[in-house]
Amino acid sequence: MSDRKAFLPLPPSRARSRRRFLVGGAVSGTAALAAASVNRLAAPARAGDPPDNGHAVHGGGVEGPTFRIGATVDHDANGFNPTEVLRDFDYGQTSRLPDGRTLRRWEIASSDEELEVAPGVRYPAWTFNSRVPGPTLRCTAGDRLQVQFTNGSAHPHTIHFHGIHPAEMDGVPGIGPGVIPPGKSFVYEFDAEPFGLHLYHCHVSPLAEHIARGLYGTFIVDPPAPRPAADEMVMVMHGYNTTFDGEGNQLYAVNGIPFHYMHEPVQVRRNELVRIYLVNVLEYDPINSFHVHANFFDYYPTGTRLEPSEYTDTVVQAQGQRGICELRFPHLGLFMFHAHKTEFAELGWMGFFEVTD
Amino acid sequence: MPEQEDTQAEETPIATRIPAWASWAGVALLVAAVLTALGMLGAGALPERVGPPIEQVAVEHTVLAPGRITLGVRNTGPDPVTIAQVFVNDAYVDVRGGDAPIERMGTTTLELNYPWLDGQPYLVSMLTSTGLVIEHEIPAAVATPRPGLQFYGLMILLGLYVGVIPVLLGMLVLPAARRSRPAVLRWLLAVTVGLLVFLAVDGASEGLELAQESGGAFGGATLVIFGGVAAYLALTAVDRYLRHRNSGTGGARGSGTRLSLMIACGIGLHNLGEGLAIGSAYAVGELALGAFLVIGFALHNTTEGVAIVAPLAQQRTRLAVLIGLGLLAGAPAIVGAIIGASVNNAELSALLLGVGVGAIAQVVMQILPALRPQGHRTADASAIAGVIVGIVLMYLTGLLVTA
Repeated sequence: MSDRKAFLPLPPSRARSRRRFLVGGAVSGTAALAAASVNRLAAPARAGDPPDNGHAVHGGGVEGPTFRIGATVDHDANGFNPTEVLRDFDYGQTSRLPDGRTLRRWEIASSDEELEVAPGVRYPAWTFNSRVPGPTLRCTAGDRLQVQFTNGSAHPHTIHFHGIHPAEMDGVPGIGPGVIPPGKSFVYEFDAEPFGLHLYHCHVSPLAEHIARGLYGTFIVDPPAPRPAADEMVMVMHGYNTTFDGEGNQLYAVNGIPFHYMHEPVQVRRNELVRIYLVNVLEYDPINSFHVHANFFDYYPTGTRLEPSEYTDTVVQAQGQRGICELRFPHLGLFMFHAHKTEFAELGWMGFFEVTD
Repeated sequence: MPEQEDTQAEETPIATRIPAWASWAGVALLVAAVLTALGMLGAGALPERVGPPIEQVAVEHTVLAPGRITLGVRNTGPDPVTIAQVFVNDAYVDVRGGDAPIERMGTTTLELNYPWLDGQPYLVSMLTSTGLVIEHEIPAAVATPRPGLQFYGLMILLGLYVGVIPVLLGMLVLPAARRSRPAVLRWLLAVTVGLLVFLAVDGASEGLELAQESGGAFGGATLVIFGGVAAYLALTAVDRYLRHRNSGTGGARGSGTRLSLMIACGIGLHNLGEGLAIGSAYAVGELALGAFLVIGFALHNTTEGVAIVAPLAQQRTRLAVLIGLGLLAGAPAIVGAIIGASVNNAELSALLLGVGVGAIAQVVMQILPALRPQGHRTADASAIAGVIVGIVLMYLTGLLVTA
């Protein structure tokens, strides 16, 4: 019943009051978002709500965006859980080379998996090692790395690393081994340099789709002298274009499942140094951002310098950019973290830190 | 004699021993059995579908209450659809209902918890289990009127202003028409034909537009057309029946009253559709109530009153009958307004508009013979000019309503 052209438009006074509503709505919406983040009391229970464990605010209406209340994704069926992905670092199989360097070896297989990315929503993902994001590979600067890539998917793929390496090991079609067909495998071998936070992803055309479907992961090269001890975690920001129209994402997430850290907040200790390896692989949108509530962090862009460049609570990253955030939480309670592009936050890229003693 | 007995035996073949109803029932059972067997066994021999499931959904009605948006959704496609999540203006919301897959032609109700604001546009995007997004637009959110004394009072008032009063006003031309020459009366009837032709075309285009918006689960445009055809045929049947009943009695007077009755019926059905349009526009906040609405409609529909009394110019008619005809034509606007505001189903509105068009078409066919002068076989130029004047008159007064 949209185009009832037969009748007059609203008079100007309604338009003025509509503007007032817009401003008022924005103010109250931000206030509600801020209030919800420090409110330990759960939202008022409605019939059919699951028993509240006192952790995260469930959301709904003015309390915030949410999926259907009471439903979560089946992590067992998916084969991975973002809570475990958060602190999962794969150091590979090490051995010593004749010249004294460490040889580190990983085996990565690509596979096509149908994942439940939101409660009730299935997505045909292409994955490295059956998880989105792929495994977090970690090594020390100067190591010799061997990544045996086996293509278990029905489509051709490669692995392209962000780092410094020879052209044949770049994982690009037409150079070196080029595209790895289904069923074949190849060992990418190169030195771990430079130190910092990097990433890897498939580089086969159509490139946007091969990345967006889930073929990406974190690649960390530790500096020769390790960074100070900290509670370290990986956060890979990405999205899902479930309609496959390539014009935007219908779901946004960090570490695989939208809104996951709203239901299972990231557990941290008060005053302990927390180090976040933050990577942006979001496709179809120009930039992504990361914002923490009630705290500020030192930001090391790409992690390639040991001095922070910024002390802030919000950073912006284009696709492929990454950085290390270091912070301590001085207060107890629940603190939100989310993209500061509100559209991404309300479509799934939102979570909680829970600070305890 | 032996030949006669043989012939008699041949004259009672098997076919007459089984009664007719039994053979019809037998055929029906046989067809049902074959179809069932085909459905259960034969379908397996065909290959599986190629491509992803075809998911199509139409939102049949939207109810807005403070903090809540309720959508009545029907599966208009061939495959079951599960609406897994919903986001409104790019923010995921809590949804109650629609957990189970919606079967073909099945319905479900989705209750969204969303703090909508008065007068603002909202885009509701339903994310299905396969990741498809189906969008539904709410151009301007207003609280859906709830049935109550104030609501019914308003709808009755609207119906009176838009339907009853204008028609009764139009009927006031009767005294003037009675004192006029037959040529003038014929011209008046020609103008009436023009008015009705305009109403038919206008109603048809509005009905088809509505049918297209609704998604067409029940046929869309074909529903409108066949509604019109059914209404046309039904009214023709009524007319034939009345003619048969009155044949021999009343003569010319009977035919004049009968024609007026048919015109009033046709216009009544059309006004039902118009009331429906007004009611549903009110329900979604797209109706600008006020002086322009009343004056515009009054002018537009006064001409309908003229159409009703034109056939009565050459006879005396009781006042009670005249008022009855006016109410028959005008009161359905009240009923339409109430239905339109409370039900707000686009396909139903489209169907009723189609019915109105069919009714008017039937009435036009009724009047056409009266346009011919006595003793002539075709209408003359002035009659045809009258038709054009009628169309132009309705078009101009119609602009006042849309302006």
